[in-house]
Formats: sequence, C-alpha cells, structure tokens
Amino acid sequence: MSLIREDVTYVANLARLEFSEDEVTALADQLGAVLDYAETLSGLDTSQIKATEHVLAVQNVFREDEIKSCLSNEDALANAPESEAGCFKVPRVME
Amino acid sequence: MEYEIVIGMEIHVELGTKTKIFCSCPTEFGQDENTHTCPVCLGMPGVLPVLNEKVVEYATRAGLALNCEIAHFSKMDRKNYFYPDLPKAYQTSQFDLPICTGGAVGIEVDGVKKDIGITRIHIEEDAGKLLHESADGTLLDVNRCGVPLIEIVTEPDLRSAEEARAFAEKVRNILEYTGVSDCKMEQGSMRFDVNLSIREKGSEVLGTRTEMKNLNSFRALIRAVQYESKRQIIELKKGREIIQETRKWDDAKGVSSSLRSKEEAHDYRYFPEPDLVPIVLEPSYIEKIKSELPELPEAKKKRYVDEYKLPEYDAGVLTTTGVTARFFEEAVALYNEPKQISNWMMVEIPPLLKENEQSMETITITPAQLVELLKLVKDKVISGTSGKEVLKEMFISGKNAGDIVKEQGLAQMSDTGELEAIIEKIVADNPKSVEDIGAGNEKAYGFLTGQVMKATKGKANAQVANEIIRAVVAKHLA
Ligand SMILES: [Zn+2]
Repeated sequence: MSLIREDVTYVANLARLEFSEDEVTALADQLGAVLDYAETLSGLDTSQIKATEHVLAVQNVFREDEIKSCLSNEDALANAPESEAGCFKVPRVME
Repeated sequence: MEYEIVIGMEIHVELGTKTKIFCSCPTEFGQDENTHTCPVCLGMPGVLPVLNEKVVEYATRAGLALNCEIAHFSKMDRKNYFYPDLPKAYQTSQFDLPICTGGAVGIEVDGVKKDIGITRIHIEEDAGKLLHESADGTLLDVNRCGVPLIEIVTEPDLRSAEEARAFAEKVRNILEYTGVSDCKMEQGSMRFDVNLSIREKGSEVLGTRTEMKNLNSFRALIRAVQYESKRQIIELKKGREIIQETRKWDDAKGVSSSLRSKEEAHDYRYFPEPDLVPIVLEPSYIEKIKSELPELPEAKKKRYVDEYKLPEYDAGVLTTTGVTARFFEEAVALYNEPKQISNWMMVEIPPLLKENEQSMETITITPAQLVELLKLVKDKVISGTSGKEVLKEMFISGKNAGDIVKEQGLAQMSDTGELEAIIEKIVADNPKSVEDIGAGNEKAYGFLTGQVMKATKGKANAQVANEIIRAVVAKHLA
C-alpha cells in the first residue's frame, strides 16, 4: 500500500503546506515506506483483542469548576505579531 | 409532484459552568476583549488541558433530560481545521464515542404529536469571536474560546419550519429547566444549524442537502427553513440538481447564499486527543444525576392540571419556561388561588412586560407583589378594573399594590357607616324615586345606585351599596 502523489498533495493542502513537484515525489516515497512498515501490524490476528480507544490506561482526570486568575490583556497579546483595540489582529477573513 | 421537506438539526448550547471546559478562565459573557484567557485557551505550545467535571455532569444531565443513553465510555478527539477563531488550529470535540446517544423529544404541531429522534450529544469547546471592525484585518477576541458546549444532533425527522421551531423551543425549554444553560439566544448561548433537503413525498431516499449554520433566533430558524426549502423546490422544478454545500443565512436580507469555501474537502482528520483521557461513567454516577433531575416541563404541566386544577391550556402556557413556572409556583405558595394567578399571569402581565421592555426573566415585580394585588381584588378592596391600573402602576413605579391603592384612593368604599350616611342623604333628596319603588318600579333602584356611585366617585362597593339602599328605602316606605 504505497502512497500516491494525489494523497500527498491532498494532505498537504489540508495542512496548508506547499511542496515542489520533486518534494511531492520524495514525500510519497518516504511516507509510503512508513505506511508500508505500519502495515506489518495487519499480519497479526487481532480478532480477540479489544480495540484501544486511548493509549493511556488512565481515565476520568477532571478539575473542579473553580475560577482562577487569567492573563492580563497586555500579557495575552504580548506574543501577537499584530494587535489592535485589545484584540489579536489576523489577515482579513470573510464573514 | 408533491414535495416533502426533510430537516435535521444541530443545536449548540453553551453550558452554564463558571469556568471554561479545559482551563480555569471564567465563562462570563460581555467582558472586555481578551481579558479571560490563559495559556491553555490561547493554545500556547506545551500546555495541558484538564476537563471541567461540571461539563461532564451538565452534559449527562442534558442527555438524561433529552431521553438519551449515557455512554459508559467516551473520549475526546481533535477536529482539525484552520480558521483564526481557533488558536490551536483544532477544536477539541468528540468524534466516534460521544457522551450521549439515542434520545428523543416529543413535539406537538397543530395538534399532531410526534417524536424527534436525537442521534447524539457530544461535548466540545466554543471558538473565539471574530470582529470585522478593523480596516485592514480581522480582530480576534479569545474570551469565548474554550467555553463548554454541547452539540445536540437530531435524526432527519423534522418536516417543516413549524416542527423545527417546536423542537428547538422544546429543547430550549428542557435545558433551561435542567439548569445546564441559560439558553440566552441573544448572547449566543444557543445556536442552530439546519440540514435541509427535499424529496418526493413518500420517497424513502434522502435528497441532496444543504447546511445553514449559526441561526441565532427562532425567527431566523423559521425564515431560513422557509426560504431554503422554497429555493430547493424551485431548483428541482427547473430540473436542476441541488449542490451539497454550506449556505449562509442573511437574516437582514432574508436570503441564503452559497458559501464556497476554499477548503472544499471537509476532512477534519479527527484523531483521539492524546492530552485528555477517556471519560468513564459508572451506572451509580448516572443514576445519581438522574435522581437529581428537576421536574421537567411535561411532568410539571400534568401536575398543574392535577394539583392546581388548571385547564390544560393554562398549564401549558405557565410551564413554557422555567422562570414563568417558578414565578407561578412562588405565587401559589403564598396564595392558594391558582386560577386567579394564572389569569393575571397569562392576560394582564404579558402586555405590561412588552410595554415596559421586560420579560419573565427580567420582570421587576415579584410573585409576592402580585399576590398582594390579587388579594386586594379578591377581597373586593378594589375592583378588577382598578386592579389592572394598579398593576400598570406597579410596573412603572415599582411600588406595592397597597401603597398605590392608598395614594390614589382606589379602595372601594365598604365602610357601611360612611356609605349609610351618603345613602340616607341621597334617598332623602330623591322622594320621587322612593315613591316609584313603592309603586313597584324596581328600575328606580338603578337611579339611586347611580347617584351613590356619583357621590363616591365610583368607589362604593356596588354590592354593599345596593344592600344599604334597599334597607334605607324600605325604612322610608315603612
Ligand atoms: Zn483559559
């Protein structure tokens, strides 16, 4: 089960990544090899094994519904490349 | 060909927790932009979310109130998409193992009852708010980011705008009762998405559907469904195909339009959230929440009919919202005249709420104040007509009924001594009427009563006055 170029460009588009033609070819090969390797698992008989829903054997980690302090507006915006009127400023998006 | 409208809904409801779903920032509405944030809800690298226990409790409560199965095992997933209202570039939601499944809500439209299936309810986080106020960009307020939501997904069981509205109102009613949300539409606490398709009546196959997101009022919901169903029917009649797409409802213009997003593939690449562990709920936990559920609208309505002997119509109106029912119950607890209270709440109060720009949520008069007024009417201290005037004044000035009655001298004159003196004088001044009565002309009583009302400026208690007139006239004739 090798990855085809269309799969690479499709996933790249979803992830907002841009690749050259050569890179797409290389990634199709490399990612394909990774998937082929993972495919080894299909050789195992898992019909008697319960599906793993989560990798950690821990459950129900909750916190109480208690308000704690927040960042100030200045601190919240400190890392923002651009800000205006107390808000993060991003390139214009359509409503 | 006869067409049938097929509608499925997704309802987003903000839960009324004090803090956000994965961090301890407050959820309070209407604060200054970006003052309720922390590294977790800002999506800073390396932070760890921790689930708010109240979110699990409220979602369970909502699920039980909507007749769902509560999952023993559920988990959180990441839903990936790029939009600036989501600093993490994914929304933490639930994909294949939601907390609630398989519920139903009964609705009634034009006397026809039917059940609307609920496919699932899952918990997720709300996104931030984009403000389109800047000249050369878009502004982002992260305060709402991470406010807990439940998303209620229905089966495609709805067949008209009226059914969609009835269902949405019923869900709002139930959730408001259970206290999991304030369901304030004007604050975005409840939003509707509508999936709509058209098919030939009788067909089992679903037509191609469109989706309209974020309808934020019942009015928008109804109008959007009416417009979109009409649009699709016209398209089909012209022999065109419906394109599966998301459409934007413009409530001001009353039209929906295509939203062709650049990201055509709606591939959210869901995967299990590695930073949040599964939610495992024991039957004892679910039972406990079930036992703590408040009386729901349907049961309350039945009880009002049985216990207070109210007509079904009254019971239905009074239980429409939790606040109305609470007001009524507080009033009845103070004064056991359910029908009188019901009449005033249904007939007199609504127009005054409107006049004074109030609602049952913001009403300024208390059940105790209403009761004080109703007792004055019941005891004939004031007439029903004066009662309405007093209520009007109570809304305006906030004063108590008794004080208004005193200030405006509205009390009916039932003091027999005072009335007797007035009547003695009137009877003495009108010997002709007494004569007429003596001659068997009962109508002359009417004239005397009229004179008494005139003399007392209408404040005489009519019944008491009539009794005295008869006694005084009899004395004169004797
Ligand atoms: Zn936070």
